[in-house]
Amino acid sequence: MALLSTDTLHVSIGDTTVCTTLDLAVSAGERWCILGRNGTGKTTLLHTLAGLRDADAGDIHLDDQSLHSLPRRTVAQHIGLLFQDHSDAFPASVMETVLSGRHPWIGALQWESEQDIALARAALHAVNLDELEQRIVTTLSGGERRRLGLATLLTQDPQLMLLDEPTNHLDIHHQISMLDLLQEKSVTDRTALVFVMHDINLALRYCTHFLLLFGDGETALGNAAEVLTRDRLERLYQHPLQKLQGTHGNVWLPQ
Amino acid sequence: MRALTLLAGLLLITCISLLISLLSGSVAISWQELLAIIAGDADPLQSQVILDLRWPRSLSAFTTGALLSLAGALMQVLLRNPLADPYVLGVSGGAASGALLALLIGLGSLGMHSAAFGGALFSMLLVFGLSHGSGSWTTNRLLLTGVVIAAGWGAVIGFLLALSPEQGLRGMLFWLMGDLSYATSPTPGLLVLLGGLLIAVMAGRPLNILTRGEQTAASLGVHVLALRRLVYLLASLLSATAVTLAGSIGFVGLIVPHMLRLLGVRDQRLLLPASALLGGSLLIIADTLARTLLAPRQLPVGILTALVGVPLFLLLLHHGRNLHSETR
Repeated sequence: MALLSTDTLHVSIGDTTVCTTLDLAVSAGERWCILGRNGTGKTTLLHTLAGLRDADAGDIHLDDQSLHSLPRRTVAQHIGLLFQDHSDAFPASVMETVLSGRHPWIGALQWESEQDIALARAALHAVNLDELEQRIVTTLSGGERRRLGLATLLTQDPQLMLLDEPTNHLDIHHQISMLDLLQEKSVTDRTALVFVMHDINLALRYCTHFLLLFGDGETALGNAAEVLTRDRLERLYQHPLQKLQGTHGNVWLPQ
Repeated sequence: MRALTLLAGLLLITCISLLISLLSGSVAISWQELLAIIAGDADPLQSQVILDLRWPRSLSAFTTGALLSLAGALMQVLLRNPLADPYVLGVSGGAASGALLALLIGLGSLGMHSAAFGGALFSMLLVFGLSHGSGSWTTNRLLLTGVVIAAGWGAVIGFLLALSPEQGLRGMLFWLMGDLSYATSPTPGLLVLLGGLLIAVMAGRPLNILTRGEQTAASLGVHVLALRRLVYLLASLLSATAVTLAGSIGFVGLIVPHMLRLLGVRDQRLLLPASALLGGSLLIIADTLARTLLAPRQLPVGILTALVGVPLFLLLLHHGRNLHSETR
């Protein structure tokens, strides 16, 4: 049974039609990647799947229950979202930010427990930020803030993680260690992952399934081998591509 | 632990401010005499000065300062902008206009208070209604709308003053400057403060999450619309109560939460009660100065808060810039 599924989902933003009759089914342990040119509505679709905005038509189900009938708190226990960027009007420390991931799990009048703090510390350790616990978030570098976002998501510990360009601002080493960490989580905890990424090759290395948004409402989806043909990718990006053989499988390069 | 220390410290400061305010004034009263008054065996004149004049006034000052600071702190979360406060957003202007209109028509004290309260609520409604527009409340639009409406109230006030008879002008100035001379019954305000503070602190953790942005808060399970409505209503009620009690006093709601944030207080569950205590004691001190500095002449306390508040705010802003600019 799928963890998150959509039924003839129609999403549009402004003049852009993101998808018209999308039947997506994301199951536990699957790693999906949404590919598409700039401005085709990848982020919009991700936010719709998280229940943050309404679809034009169609339904979204979380464990066979309509997403919109569920309270926000319940949704947040199951679906976590790493946003593309953050603006901070007020300063917050690294620890305070990571702890916010526990919010859906703590009772209305309870304070964060020792156990919540331990979970937050473990998440900071996993992304290599243990040293920066007391730092103010605005003083962190772009890459450090990205890893902090991931640590917050790990602390929230949802069964489905939606990640909007998670490797933005990260150097090559941190890109790989972040994706390794997420892959391991999806294998051991059966967490489902949905990425929005622009790097086809990283996506090929880590993702099991793909969803292509062509920008005119048309979509293509399925496992990597079925979906990623040269024709489709060249049509998707409207740019000629070249396929090479790498140590981790195929590699696509722009011509 | 650190939180408790801070709150205990602020409570102590509040008590000391209250004590200073009770002991200062044109009738000299020593602290031994104060104890005697509390015990009930003192000179009737001194008893009357303390119990009928200074105590209600000091308590009103505390209540007003606490209400304004709490409202300011809440509005700052609501707008995600540290520059929001009841005065800046035109809530005080709305209340002053309502009160002046009631005075001009010749309504009694009750009518005037109701009009002030109505003016404050109407102003908040106007600000939020106009900036609501196409669905999402963009916070900059909200703040700009507030600033423009505040300026509009300024014009309305000027117009009403121009229409007013000469002899009424002094009483009207009270609403413009903020003055505690007529604040004799702080109990209703105090009750609103306690109720509001309780609700605000209970909503503290969701408010913490809301400071990180609406979308982030929603993705972490906060019912953003419901929370914003609650905070909006609460902030309106608190500011309207404060203005009704003491006229338009500026800068308290702006500076107090800002000072605490610079001290490193970021958790709303601590920041909100701490703002109330600090704002209350600051206004007690400001009012004590206002009635003793040029005694027997009494200054409207709003003049003092503005005179101290403006340079202090600029200083804090400058200091804060240095504090937060160490981005790498």
